[in-house]
Formats: sequence, C-alpha cells, structure tokens
Amino acid sequence: MTVFTAALVAVLFGAGVYMILQRTLTRVVLGLALLSHGANLLLLIVGGSAGVAPLIGRFTGDDTVADPIPQALVLTAIVISFGMTAFLLALAFRSWQLTHDDTVEDDPEDKRIARQLERRAGGGR
Amino acid sequence: MRVLLPAPVVVPLLFAALTVLAHRSRPAQRLIALVGVGLALAAAVAVLVVVHRDGPQAVTLGGWPAVVGISLVADLFSALMLVVSLVTVLAVLVFAVGQRHSDDMAAFHPAYLVLTAGVSLAFVTGDLFNLFVSFEVMLAASYVLITLGGKRDQVRHGMTYVVINMIASALFLTAIALVYAATGTVNMADLATKLGTLPDELFTALALTFVVVFGVKAAVFPVFSWLPDSYPTARAPVVAVFAGLLTKVGVYCLVRSQTLLFPGAVPSGLFLVLAGLTMIVGVLGAIAQNDMKRILSFHIVSQIGYMVIGLGLFTVSGLAGTVFFIVHQIPVKTSLFLVSGLVEESAGSTALDRVGGLLRRAPVAAALFGLAALSLAGIPPFSGFVGKLSIVEAGFGAGEYTIIAVSLVGSLLTLYSMAKIWNGVFWGAADRPTAALAGPAVRLRTPVLMTTATVGLVAVTVAIAVFAGPIYDLSHRAAEGLVDPGAYIRAVLSS
Repeated sequence: MTVFTAALVAVLFGAGVYMILQRTLTRVVLGLALLSHGANLLLLIVGGSAGVAPLIGRFTGDDTVADPIPQALVLTAIVISFGMTAFLLALAFRSWQLTHDDTVEDDPEDKRIARQLERRAGGGR
Repeated sequence: MRVLLPAPVVVPLLFAALTVLAHRSRPAQRLIALVGVGLALAAAVAVLVVVHRDGPQAVTLGGWPAVVGISLVADLFSALMLVVSLVTVLAVLVFAVGQRHSDDMAAFHPAYLVLTAGVSLAFVTGDLFNLFVSFEVMLAASYVLITLGGKRDQVRHGMTYVVINMIASALFLTAIALVYAATGTVNMADLATKLGTLPDELFTALALTFVVVFGVKAAVFPVFSWLPDSYPTARAPVVAVFAGLLTKVGVYCLVRSQTLLFPGAVPSGLFLVLAGLTMIVGVLGAIAQNDMKRILSFHIVSQIGYMVIGLGLFTVSGLAGTVFFIVHQIPVKTSLFLVSGLVEESAGSTALDRVGGLLRRAPVAAALFGLAALSLAGIPPFSGFVGKLSIVEAGFGAGEYTIIAVSLVGSLLTLYSMAKIWNGVFWGAADRPTAALAGPAVRLRTPVLMTTATVGLVAVTVAIAVFAGPIYDLSHRAAEGLVDPGAYIRAVLSS
C-alpha cells in the first residue's frame, strides 16, 4: 500500500513539474495544485500504516494506532495550499482581464536591455 | 518569558485584526498599525535583554510538554534578528504612512502587520513545521502587498513571485515530510539530537533539500532570478520591507538549519562556491541595469553571497561575520530602497536616463543615498566595512584566500554600480526628463514623514557603525551559540 501511494506521489510530482513548465497560466496553476497535492500526500504517508484513531478509550494495547501528528500537519498544509491556489487563480483571472491572454509574459525590462544591446552592436560598426 | 516571547508574533496578528475592523478609517488604521509594531518592538528588545543576560529562552505553547507542543525559542541570533527587523518594519511603516497613496487600499495595514507577525515567527519558532507555517503567513501577506492595486505589471511580476514561492513551499513541505519519516519529530531541538544518528547519505540528502528550499527564499545563486524580476514593480514601502527582511529570513533559516540540524552535512566548499557565484553574478547583473530599483534589487542578491561565506567557513568568527553582516544589511538595504522611494516620489521615476541632477533639487535624498551606498559598498568607517572586514578576517583565519579575493572584487563592482546610480540620478541631467524635472530648477518636495523615516533608518545604520564593537561582540556570542547549540537544545527540552 505504501509503495503504491509513494508511486502516486511520484506521479503527482512529475505531472506537476511538467505542467509548471508550460507557458499557459492556467496550466501553471493546475501544476502547482498537483505539486502541493503530492507534497500533502507524502506528508500523510510518512506517519506509517493506517490504524485505530488515537483517542484514549478507543484502542486497546494490541491495536495499531495511527500516528496523529502527520495528520494534524497535513490538515494545516491542505488549508494553506487551498488558500494559495485560490489566490493564484484570482491573480490569473486578473491577468486575463488585463491582457486577454493566458500566457506568461516576458520581462519587459529584459527585452528593453536586449534591444539596447542589439542597437549598440548594430550602430557601433 | 511566557508572555514576552510570543508577543512579537501575537501582538501584530491581534492588531492586524483590529486594522481590519477599522477598515473605513485610514487614520485609525495607521494609529493601530504603529502602536502594534511599536509594542512588538518593545517586546523584542525585552527578549534581547533577557537572552543577553540569561542565555537562550524557550516556551512551549498550549500547555503541552516540550517536543510534543510547538516550541518558541530565542537565542542571541534570533533575538538580534527580531530587534533589527522590527526597527526596520517600524521605519518603513512610518514611511508608508507619510507617502501619498501608499495605503489607499484598506488591505495594506492588515497585510503589513500579518507580514510582521510571519517574519517574527520565523525568527523565534523552534519547530520545523511551524517554520513552514510562518513562511506561509509571511508569504501570503507578501503576495497581497506585491499585487496590491492590481496594475498590469504588478500582476505580471507578482505572478512570478507567487509561483516561485509556492514551488519552494511545496518543496519545503516535502523536506519536512522526509525529515519526519526519518526521525518521527519536527521539533528542531529534538531533531538536532536525532538527525546525527541517521546514515550519512540520508543526512546529507536531507540537508541539501533544505539548502535548496532556503536557497530559493534567500535568492542564492542559481535560484535567484525571481527576485530582480518581481521586486522593482512593487510600491516603494513594500519593496523596501521585502528587500530588507524576506531574503534575510531565508538566510537566517539557512544558517539555523545548517548549524543546528545538519552541522557538517554539506561540504563547506559548496557554500563557498555558491557564495562566490552569488556575489559576482548579482553585482554583474546590477551593473547591466538602467533603473535604480533594479540595480538595488540585483544588489540584494549580491549581498546574500557575503552572508553565505560565513556559513561556508563554519568557524565562530566566520558565523559572527555572517550575523553582523545580516544585522547591518537589513537597515542599509531598506534605507536604499526608501531613498529610491523618495526619488520616485519627487522626480516621478527611478530610470537612470529619465532622472538627473537631484543633488541640487533634493539634497537630503542625495545625502541619505550617499551614506547608505557607501555603507553597502563597505567603505570605512561605515557599517558595511566592519561587516566585510570581519568576514575577510575569518576567511584569512580559515585560509580560504580565493573567496576573499572574490569578495573584494565584488565590493569594488558594488562601488562601481553605486557610482552609476549616483551619476545617473544625483549628478548631471536627464536624457529624457520626467515631467517633474522638465520644469524650472526648483527644490523638489517630498512629504516630511517619508524623509523622517528614511533619516531615522540611515541613522540606525550609522549607529551600527558607531557601536560596531559591542554589536560585533554580540554577533560573536551569537555565533558561539550557533557552533555549539547545546544551550539552545537544553533550553527547549527543559521548557
């Protein structure tokens, strides 16, 4: 079971990285969502195998008890990644509103310096 | 300590909530924000005094025993960072209050206070997962601040910033998961005793993951290019506080994780190579730019390199140099960006070919820039000189002559690019003057509060130079605590 989930984490990371490397903003957002899912799932499985809820009175001495710490951590992490993804979506929407384009733009200052260099190289000779 | 140590985190958060309630009245928001940051600063100073007298202090939150609950710890390094950061935060807040339109949006003050709380938490937390949370608190607020207003280039550059930081955060979470899988704890003091028992390969692999995570946050070569791309478009107070604090929180965490959790895991040569490349690539990038804010942004990267040298040397004097350098760098970098804010406010631009001759028209801004720039370049007797001297001395002590040579070349190039700003902005005339400069040659006016805040912060950098002796002694003691974290670990485990 752990091997299967670990493989799933790997797939999520791979797909996430692939999507982030695209130039379309929506794909970048989806890629980030996959990446954070991968990280959250990894955090969940590091607690070891599933077991009885770790509440006093719910388990006896020979039950396997689930490790509560990774679950508490992953809950926080999920909330954080949810909030961040929502913010990023809003930002992507704002960007679409302003440019009517869904791609990541080049840095205008970099383009300006590159143009200047070309001019200088052309005009100097 | 139970009240004092959480105060720099809790007070700004509480006051952030109050500023949300007071969102209709800007004067009320300003007052609340100033009082909040002031109280947090007072608590931080008290923490520094206690830590200086009695050694590292720790509190475990929520009535849990140590290791199970979240620990807050202050040793000399974190207390120093806390005080310097909050002084800077206060100065920038005064600047923002003075600047027209900088807090037009009701979200400015709440986001600013949440940012303050996140930065403070990153300095005092003793729990790896809580450190992740503090980064997210800080970053969430910074995302709001960098895109506040929603203008086209803000959104474009803000996007880069948000995406890069989210990737780094996912990686941070992965690293924490792997550490938990290997040791079964996320308490940093507990980890310090348990990580050492891991197999060498695993120990080094985990250490390198954290180097990458904090390297992105600190903008270390080769993962720095997001910074000069995203910082210059934000408003002056926002970029000033980012420049002063956010990357330094990254450096703080890099130093903390490599000294407390993974001492000796990463070969010191790697850090020295990274430091050298960060210094040189950053400063060469600065020389190529044609805008004051962009030059200064590349300098943030370059100066990070100097801080990493101490980590590479991994001696008490090397780390003392790093601590001193961060303490000096936070106010200097921020005041340079505040001056760029003054220039932008009075002349209407920071592009070198559109601004010129400000020495006559805005002599105060010119004088402030001169002081801060000389300090950044490390000219004696300013604070940057003391910082660089202590790092160079430590380098001689460790026999690492190459990195010393590289750092001196970097300083020279820094001076060159500061001269470029001076020539472009304060001397001569503009090629294509802005509207403010095209008119008759009268004195340009900036709001008094903006100038006062900048003067105050430059005075802090001068004070660091004047009291360099005592501050270096503090840094030295802080570095001793980093090299031998026994007292830190004992304070946490017994709290």
